[in-house]
Amino acid sequence: METTPQPPQGAPARSGRSRRLRGLIALPFAALILSGCTVPSFGAKKSDTTTGLSTYHLWQGFSIAAAIIGGGTLLLILYAVLRYRRKDDSIPKQSQYHIPLELLYTILPILIVIGLFATTLVVENKVVAEPKTSYVVNINAFQWGWKFSYPGTNALVVGQTTQKPTMMMPLGVDVHFNLTSSDVVHGFYVPDFNFSRYALPGVTNNFTFHAMKTGTFFGQCTQLCGLYHSLMFFQVKVVSLPEYRNWIHQFDTPAGAAAAQAAQQALEQQNATHVPYKPASTTGTGAAN
Amino acid sequence: MTDVLDTPLVQQSDAPAAHEEHHGHDEHHGPSGILNWLTTTDHKIIGMSYTITAVIMLLIGGAFAELIRAQLVSPNGHLVTFAQYNELFTMHGSVMIYLFAGPFAFGALANFVVPIQIGAPDMAFPRLNALSYWLYLSGSITMLLGFVTAGGAANFGWVGYSPLSDSINAPGAGADLWIGGLLLTGFSAIFTGVNLAATIFYLRAPGMTLFRMPIFTWNLLVTAILILLAFPVLTAGLIMLFADRHFGTHIFSVSGGGVPVLWQHIFWFWGHPEVYILALPFFGMVTEIIPVFSRKPVFGYKGMVFATLTIAALSLGVWAHHMFTTGVVLLPFFSIMSLLIAVPTGIKLFNWIGSMWRGQIWFSTAMLMSIGFVVTFLIGGLTGIYLASPPLDFFTHDTYFVVAHFHSVVMALVLGGMAGLYYWGPKMTGYMLNETLGKIQFWLLFIGTQVFTFPQYILGLQGMPRRMAVYPHDPQWQNLNLWSTLGAVMIGVSSLLFAINCIVSWKKVPAGDNPWDAHTLEWFTTSPPPHHNFYRLPKIRSERPTWDYNHPEAPALAHGNGEGSHS
Repeated sequence: METTPQPPQGAPARSGRSRRLRGLIALPFAALILSGCTVPSFGAKKSDTTTGLSTYHLWQGFSIAAAIIGGGTLLLILYAVLRYRRKDDSIPKQSQYHIPLELLYTILPILIVIGLFATTLVVENKVVAEPKTSYVVNINAFQWGWKFSYPGTNALVVGQTTQKPTMMMPLGVDVHFNLTSSDVVHGFYVPDFNFSRYALPGVTNNFTFHAMKTGTFFGQCTQLCGLYHSLMFFQVKVVSLPEYRNWIHQFDTPAGAAAAQAAQQALEQQNATHVPYKPASTTGTGAAN
Repeated sequence: MTDVLDTPLVQQSDAPAAHEEHHGHDEHHGPSGILNWLTTTDHKIIGMSYTITAVIMLLIGGAFAELIRAQLVSPNGHLVTFAQYNELFTMHGSVMIYLFAGPFAFGALANFVVPIQIGAPDMAFPRLNALSYWLYLSGSITMLLGFVTAGGAANFGWVGYSPLSDSINAPGAGADLWIGGLLLTGFSAIFTGVNLAATIFYLRAPGMTLFRMPIFTWNLLVTAILILLAFPVLTAGLIMLFADRHFGTHIFSVSGGGVPVLWQHIFWFWGHPEVYILALPFFGMVTEIIPVFSRKPVFGYKGMVFATLTIAALSLGVWAHHMFTTGVVLLPFFSIMSLLIAVPTGIKLFNWIGSMWRGQIWFSTAMLMSIGFVVTFLIGGLTGIYLASPPLDFFTHDTYFVVAHFHSVVMALVLGGMAGLYYWGPKMTGYMLNETLGKIQFWLLFIGTQVFTFPQYILGLQGMPRRMAVYPHDPQWQNLNLWSTLGAVMIGVSSLLFAINCIVSWKKVPAGDNPWDAHTLEWFTTSPPPHHNFYRLPKIRSERPTWDYNHPEAPALAHGNGEGSHS
């Protein structure tokens, strides 16, 4: 399953036994990935990042388990309901316990849960891993927009609500993100990457994407953040590495720098006059505010 | 009569007078009735008050839901403004969770049924019980009064995440009324928890050992303990929030050195046990109903009790699965704890099927609602397992997938609650509810629920976040939202049918003592029961004393035991 290089583990070295255990757990999972094309999507999107793809495969695995367990249980209910309709006034056998059966449906679910947890751990370790990389983007969420800055460069993108600010990121490399919030809790969510993370005030959250496809992807705030929460959009644009470098250098030209500065000023102006609860154009019930 | 203990449960001194008085307020009309209702400490009348108030809250919360669904019929809905939309979903969630589901679960039917099920004359603390109800009613009114303040009702979601709920982002009086209403209903819940636990521990009839208690009573005991563990935390959190808003403290604000995410910890430390505080009583209801209508004892009684205890224990260690995407919680611990809850829940599910197995199933409305509960809860439970896995939660958190998941669960609870009303309603009022109307209501409610939730699951997987007044133009999203609204309308119509049923069935068909050939003590007394519940009690030798009295030839069989009874 490991086609991508293993991220350097910050965790202590694993013992041989736990590595073997991990391999054992990964085996059915790997089989699942290899047959990925034939397994149905169960309604989810196949992702365009490596971690998102792992999440998608985990989704498929859980869905297969859910379909088998849920389908089987539904059939049992249906059978009982159809088969044991009241036909006469007789009293059925008053059996109350069946210890082996009860043990079976206690132990079997525990085993299933262990299996689900093990596959979860494998994918989770991939998704939350933070491999070293020189590509870093700082994301700042505010009511109601996004600011994307690129440390060590002059590049800066700021936009609010339906302006849909566009976050540029390069294809085929690990890109590290530092996520912060200036005011309330926001949610950074890119559906096509199968990932979301809160932007918490006072906390810097980190995550990594490794994009596998160029294109423009839709993003939105998922955590209720006040009046214009529904409009807090952004876009992620994945471009080739040379194209990305060109875009960064564009901000070193006077025109680019001026544009970035204008964006920054617009943001500061907005912050100065910002009233978080007050509707700008649509008037709600906020007469006294 | 040899099987009947002639215990002097009715106090000789007040017996005649009490009955006169009781029959007076049974009529529900006339000034003396109202005065009596206002001053009563009878758990049955308080239970009725709770039931009526909670069902009204269900209708209010349902009306908010219909408005929300109407707004979402088109991507750019103009039915309500953004500000009004935020108020609507906040108050929909708040009314449904704080003012309907909880009080209905541990205030309404529990209040009425639990003392009778254990052969008690009343709750342990009848005056405290009355105080619980009046706190609940005043808390509900307080919270809803937010709509008539200038700033509108609370608008930060039913979870009130800080800093969105601080004095800068939510300066209006509506937010304070929300906090105040929640404090009042919270104290109401704590007092009810004290009362239920004391009643169940101390007021059981002779012979009613703990392991002869009906599962409904067992579940309410565990619920009461969970209330006592969880609700004080919420109360403390609300006081901190209020202090931040008005007294200049900085517990949840970064600027003063506080920690916003602390609110989430406090809220969910209450909030996840709360999920089971809501669910366990409904589990108990269907666990009473399914065996009765299958003419069998509950399958795996002891397993059922231990499953309930396990759920309660685990529920205290899973709160941060609501916070996987915060990036500040230990993912594997909360993941395995949350996944493990599936095990006792699964045991319950299989026990319900086991109770029907080889039975004689009578498809009354109560039984249909219970089966609907089991199926809907199975769907909600399975989708919950996905959310216990952090990577899958990253992918679906705060999308309509989560909305669909917990609506599958809570709509299952509504089905269970309806089952409870059709089952115990005749005991409470003395009259049967119309079965034909009930069955139409069931099919509308059951199908409506699935039509309502299934499009939301897909919407969530397609990336539609929750709490959006408008959404991007996409024909598929609009179609799915349309279907979901259609489901919501079906659910709304089913609720109206229930209201109509209550009116048309009023004083039509007398119920008699035991219309269902049921198992437990409440079916041994009259419908409605007399002032102190019992004139006489049967011998209690199993968890089915009424059944044993009526069918001495058919005791419950232990496993591998052809003859004789267990316990």
